[in-house]
Amino acid sequence: MQERQIMNQEDVRRALTRVAHEILEHNRGAEDLVIVGIHTRGVHLARRIAASLVEFEGIEVPVATLDVSLYRDDLGTRSQTQTKLQPTDIPSGIQGKRVVLVDDVLYTGRTIRAAMDALVDFGRPQQIQLAILLDRGHRELPIRADYVGQNLPTAISERVKVRLVETDGTDEVALIFEEIYSEDSDSESEPESNE
Amino acid sequence: MSRSRTIDTPDIEGSSASEPASRKHVLDLDDFSQEEISAVLDSARSMKEVLGRDIKKVPALRGKVVVTLFYEASTRTRISFEEAGKVLSADVINMSSSGSSAEKGESLLNTGLTIQAMGVDTIVIRHPHSGAPYLLAQQLDKVSIINAGDGLHAHPTQALLDLYTVRDKLGSLEGCKIVIVGDVLHSRVARSDIWGFAKMGAKVVLSGPNTLMPPDLIRSNNNIARSAFASLVEVDTNLDRAIEGADVVMALRLQQERQHAGFLPSLREYIRRWQVTDERMARANPGAMVMHPGPMNEGIEISNSIAHGGSSVIEEQVTNGVAIRMALLYKVTIGPAQQL
Repeated sequence: MQERQIMNQEDVRRALTRVAHEILEHNRGAEDLVIVGIHTRGVHLARRIAASLVEFEGIEVPVATLDVSLYRDDLGTRSQTQTKLQPTDIPSGIQGKRVVLVDDVLYTGRTIRAAMDALVDFGRPQQIQLAILLDRGHRELPIRADYVGQNLPTAISERVKVRLVETDGTDEVALIFEEIYSEDSDSESEPESNE
Repeated sequence: MSRSRTIDTPDIEGSSASEPASRKHVLDLDDFSQEEISAVLDSARSMKEVLGRDIKKVPALRGKVVVTLFYEASTRTRISFEEAGKVLSADVINMSSSGSSAEKGESLLNTGLTIQAMGVDTIVIRHPHSGAPYLLAQQLDKVSIINAGDGLHAHPTQALLDLYTVRDKLGSLEGCKIVIVGDVLHSRVARSDIWGFAKMGAKVVLSGPNTLMPPDLIRSNNNIARSAFASLVEVDTNLDRAIEGADVVMALRLQQERQHAGFLPSLREYIRRWQVTDERMARANPGAMVMHPGPMNEGIEISNSIAHGGSSVIEEQVTNGVAIRMALLYKVTIGPAQQL
């Protein structure tokens, strides 16, 4: 298995800063906004975006956390089954609010589908938007993100690893892939720009 | 070297790194690690949040079938499992021995095989014989088994809800002192609680008449080496002494039939020496909580004022029981990942 860095600490910071600005621009401020992070890394990203909103405009936006495990359609069929649940906490409620869902990677879209199902059990939001740090493609559902940190075309055989200071001690996004040619093994090390 | 295509869902990777191995059955707490117990308690906290919602329903176990198979009377455990399954959207079928083919003499194993053949995912079983859930777990290969109380042996879901209730109040179980009072000999709750509290680093002290202490726990100075189980607890028949410094006092039901079987000189003596009262609770740590697995004999093992007083967490135990059973049903019914 090889690993290649896609985003470094600065890239992550800039992407989140831009996403925060875009959220303000798109919603013309932050009125009635609730930021909902999807466990685990989405929660940390949601908190960072909320902190940016305070920094830019001095607006405190409520942050909620969501564990979508109980709403997944692929329970028991995933290669890694997670049965330990994280806290779902939506203190402000979402009735009539503009909800910005936050997650680290957008892939099949099934997590977001589950998240939307979970959200409507808490009320009827005026709107649900989606902010994502990295969109790697391969959607299996008609779902797209409103705010994207970075797009990265990937192969299905590859894996994307998001590391954050809060959970992994460092901020980076890495692509993990299997070596295709066994001969020139140490060929990739130059930083790549993807777009 | 050829490229191998692996199909998985990497957008959820990483967070399951420290996840304990998946579990098919819940039979007792002796095969749970501290990490696994902690994970169940954490999940139960999320389940409790679901129970607090306006709409208490999540689709997690949609399309799964849970059978509660009860060969003994029960109110809270059976209803608690039924509610837990229904909140998770499982179809829950209740079966009790009366009115079933058990009355026609069908063996437990054949009943289990019949239920399995109907495509049931999880069986929750209560049985008067110790070990009955183990028989089903060994013989049935397609269903998960949850032990809801077997004979004098174990009641793991009750123990987990006790652990949850104490951890919820104290923040941690490490180093806390729990005194279990009364008929430990006939209590499957006590046996599972001992495993659970000891694994979580709590100190467990048993108190009650010598005749109601399990012999394997009190014979400490003869030639027989104390079992691993016995080394988890201390026994002090003097409740006034045992209760000093306690963070939790758990009264066990004095089962009526024991009063006539020569275990006790008289009920009055039992009440005088081992009833959990306000005076005795004053010797425990400030803020100590009183628990009872239910059903209670008020005025016998626990005084009326304690049972309904401010230190009692008995009703919370019942509420937490639903959350714990949701966490366990979810854990075993979702099961290990199928081979793709």
